[in-house]
Amino acid sequence: MIRFGYDRPSDVAEAVRDGNARGVRFLAGGSNLVDLMKENVERPVRVVDINRLPLHAIEAQDGGLRIGALATNSDTAWDARVEAQYPVLASAILAGASPQLRNVATAGGNLNQRTRCLYFYDNTTACNKREPGTGCSAIGGVNRVNAILGTSPACIATHPSDMCVALAVLNATVNVTGPLGDRAIPFGDYHRLPGEDPSRDNMLKPGELVTSIDLPDEDFSGHYTYLKLRDRLSYAFALVSVAVVMRIEDGRIAEARIALGGVAHKPWRSKTAEGLLVGEVPSQSAFLAAAHALLEGAQGQGSNDFKIGLARRAIVRACRQAADGTPQSQIDKRVA
Amino acid sequence: MATKYDDAPIGIGSPLSRVDGKMKVTGGARYAAEHPVADLLYGVVVSGAIAKGRITKLHTDAARAAPGVVEVVSHLNRPHIAWFDKAYQDQVAPPGSPFRAFYDAEILYSGQPIALVVARTFEDARHGASLVQAEYAVEPHQTDFERSPEYKPKKTRDTFVEPTNRGDEAAAFAAASNKVDVSYYIGTEHHNPMEMHATTVQWHGDGRITVYDKTQGSQNVQAYLVGVFGFAKKNVRVMNPYVGGGFGSGLRPQYQVYLATLAAKMLERSVRVVLTRQQMFSFTHRSECRHTIRLGANDDGALQSIYSKAVTPTSRFEDYMEPIANWGGQAYRCDNATMDWAITAIDTYTPGDMRAPGAATGMTLFEMALDEMAYETGVDPLAMRLTNYSDRDEMNDIPYTSKALREAYREGAEAFGWADRGRAPRSMRDGTELVGWGVATGIWDAMFQKTSVRARLTANGHLEVATAGSDIGTGTYTVMTQVAAGALGLPAEQVTAVLGDSDLPPSPIEGGSWTAASTGAAVQVACDAVRVKLAKAAAKVDGNPLGGAAVDALRFEDGRMILAADPSKSVGYGEAMTAAGLSEIVATEAAAPGPLESIAEMVGMKKKAKNTHSAVFAEVKVDEELGVVRVTRIVCAVAAGRIVNPKTARSQILGGVVMGIGMALHEETLADHRIGRFMNHNFAEYHIPAHADVQDIEVIFVDEPDPEVSPLGIKGLGEIGIVGTAAAIGNAIFHATGKRVRSLPITIDKLLD
Repeated sequence: MIRFGYDRPSDVAEAVRDGNARGVRFLAGGSNLVDLMKENVERPVRVVDINRLPLHAIEAQDGGLRIGALATNSDTAWDARVEAQYPVLASAILAGASPQLRNVATAGGNLNQRTRCLYFYDNTTACNKREPGTGCSAIGGVNRVNAILGTSPACIATHPSDMCVALAVLNATVNVTGPLGDRAIPFGDYHRLPGEDPSRDNMLKPGELVTSIDLPDEDFSGHYTYLKLRDRLSYAFALVSVAVVMRIEDGRIAEARIALGGVAHKPWRSKTAEGLLVGEVPSQSAFLAAAHALLEGAQGQGSNDFKIGLARRAIVRACRQAADGTPQSQIDKRVA
Repeated sequence: MATKYDDAPIGIGSPLSRVDGKMKVTGGARYAAEHPVADLLYGVVVSGAIAKGRITKLHTDAARAAPGVVEVVSHLNRPHIAWFDKAYQDQVAPPGSPFRAFYDAEILYSGQPIALVVARTFEDARHGASLVQAEYAVEPHQTDFERSPEYKPKKTRDTFVEPTNRGDEAAAFAAASNKVDVSYYIGTEHHNPMEMHATTVQWHGDGRITVYDKTQGSQNVQAYLVGVFGFAKKNVRVMNPYVGGGFGSGLRPQYQVYLATLAAKMLERSVRVVLTRQQMFSFTHRSECRHTIRLGANDDGALQSIYSKAVTPTSRFEDYMEPIANWGGQAYRCDNATMDWAITAIDTYTPGDMRAPGAATGMTLFEMALDEMAYETGVDPLAMRLTNYSDRDEMNDIPYTSKALREAYREGAEAFGWADRGRAPRSMRDGTELVGWGVATGIWDAMFQKTSVRARLTANGHLEVATAGSDIGTGTYTVMTQVAAGALGLPAEQVTAVLGDSDLPPSPIEGGSWTAASTGAAVQVACDAVRVKLAKAAAKVDGNPLGGAAVDALRFEDGRMILAADPSKSVGYGEAMTAAGLSEIVATEAAAPGPLESIAEMVGMKKKAKNTHSAVFAEVKVDEELGVVRVTRIVCAVAAGRIVNPKTARSQILGGVVMGIGMALHEETLADHRIGRFMNHNFAEYHIPAHADVQDIEVIFVDEPDPEVSPLGIKGLGEIGIVGTAAAIGNAIFHATGKRVRSLPITIDKLLD
């Protein structure tokens, strides 16, 4: 860990001013940033602690909800409105980390957490995300946690979040502010693929700060699930996770949204795959067809080849859970 | 006998709660990095990046210029240290040249410490460490042990047991009607006790140092520091009153104590060094293993041949090996058995003993292969083990001092409900989950080591028992307290156990599950000596109410000596001591294996085998589609002689079983052989069981009186809990799924088709 400057602004405008410089990092819960600073992976010159900004609230808005960027994961997961209207979000949050971490981790921080690629965390290795231009050690290396979709020759990292997988199927909007003013980013456009510049995880511009996340006026509480598969039954990052929400009308799927976690640089969705389910009676074959479409182009990297088959099965199972109205419990570890 | 926390009398057998428990949960117990020392400097270790080669340039100027930094210690400026390997060889060092940090520019393994930045605060040191840069001349490395040549070194470890073979395995295997010929693999594990390795060296300025170290042996570290740095023994005091777990990682002095002492000597200041969790992956570990097993059996399951060969890696600088291949050949009756082993040298740190070294690997993998034979022959896996049961150590052809494994099988099977098991794989189901039941046998040594204890009784009725040994979280303080309380008839509150100080009477390192048996016996003999002195003092009491009765004619209860023949006559301890003019009675005594026994063991002529045994039953539920495994039940029935404290004993077994769950399903350090480095060096990616992975565990101790194994009939429990657990789970997974995974840990990918 290196020495760094520290600011603690009390309003958003001040934070944006403080944050508008090279080498500055916003600090919210710190559950990822501080770890990375201890490992000398993140080496901010200055840390702007945003915990005093008035961004903690979870507020009703136009039939939906606005989740403040500083709302903790625990506050969000146990919010009665979230539980009632967006249970897939509550479920995904509770599938992640531990109660202690969820008590400090924030909504905005969750969006901006960095990959868990083993090489990103180890300064002695080449990593294009950590040090652009040095190469990707994960390709051909220990990569059982790495991506199978949307990779590039420069990077096969995944985005590790559970919460974001649920936000992806909820068609959330990310509100940001920055030196050039406010803007709203559709969730599907917030994270990016590594391409030739893996050092950038998302579309935030320098100095921009997430202020809140909007959830639209929709209700999928009847048909949803978040299914997470990992190397132990709790407190591990997803090898593969699946968020599904559906509307079923007259026994047929009227709308389906499926997002995968743990397999790509961003929560992975496919309009084609989701379109295949529309009008279908829920069935194993329909789910399998969607799974194949969602995984189109999936490419193993050696020790993560298994993720393709695992994801296919997980998608089918999660669709079944959602269609049947038997969502995965995050307490009982038996797969529903 | 199932464990119950009934009221029991003081002494051996009572379920006394941890006497150090309150100190630990309230933060009163200080660990190595927590002892307050004035004018302390903080050292942070810089770890190397390559697996093999030489440091050509070490850039330390930026670190030296950083605020608070006092010195950057490395091979370039270290003070003199001993030349010869002998000085570095601690009590349990394997043959070879122990690692010497900063000795020269050579890099022997990835993650090797290459510099220590010493500063006025921990934060300054950590900042300084981030500024040190090294340049290397890289040489080709090899960390894939199966690509290095096998060899058997001329000299093996003192504790290594060279296998003794019998019969003609090849011929018997060829003739057998049922054959299993398989190759098993288990991955590397790192010990990772909760407390990171840490040392605080207090520099007194008069030639003396006090070293608070995370170690399993204060006197082992003391001797090491004396040898390496040339201190006089009387000037080095090593303290480890509380140790936050060890599992074997603290058996040998690790590099943090060396570095902290090196810096203290160089700067003549007090220095503290604490490793990071990442650095906990930069020294010893349980080696991975390739275990080839070939079994021949009759149709009734009777074994006709056993072949077992284990190959494990060692470092380039020491020849480390474990007795992995022997256990099946010792445990089961079989006329033809060949056990073999080899090691290969790779560019890593030297592997080391980790909870049940040898058995946790070898018995686990053997028990999985034996399970394969059970299915091959169609014999029930438990019946298979009973068919081949032996009351003798089959490898050495000697009897056991005791072996109540048959009772463990029976009581364990009953508690588990084994009789209701569906025979065929995939025959049991619970909704979308396949249910599997598996059984395995555990075996471990019951060792007894010379240990000395000082007992001090003061006239106010307070008893202190003290030895240099360690309590690494196992309950030694508690065991000592209750043995002493029982021996002198005092309530536990009037007894204090003292541990973790090299100035105290000699004690071996805390390991091998020998501490309860050995320290317990030493406490007993020291207290016996106090009793003799008390009896003598009683004769000075006015009127000599006990009539000068010898110690054997007295009962020692409730702080009084009571005449056995006439309980109306008694003298209080304080009364006797006051009469004799004694303010205290002190006795230092050693308990040790008899001289004949010691010699016999040395020349390989031991007459009886001393072992603990266990029967482990596991239930798993496996999601048929996804391969998600849940270990829903484990019954571990243990035959381990006399149980000193059913509460701490149960905790020991629970811990071993949980570690066995990790061995079966989670724990593995993954190496990138291209760069020769372990990669998942943190607790996010090196998985140990979380609470959700641990469900019902029932511990049973079967009755096993054994007056021969050690003076108090104690066998020790620190390690037996892990042995067999992973095998029982692996076997249950096969029973559930019909899929035999011959590689541990059994991660989800291995269960997908």
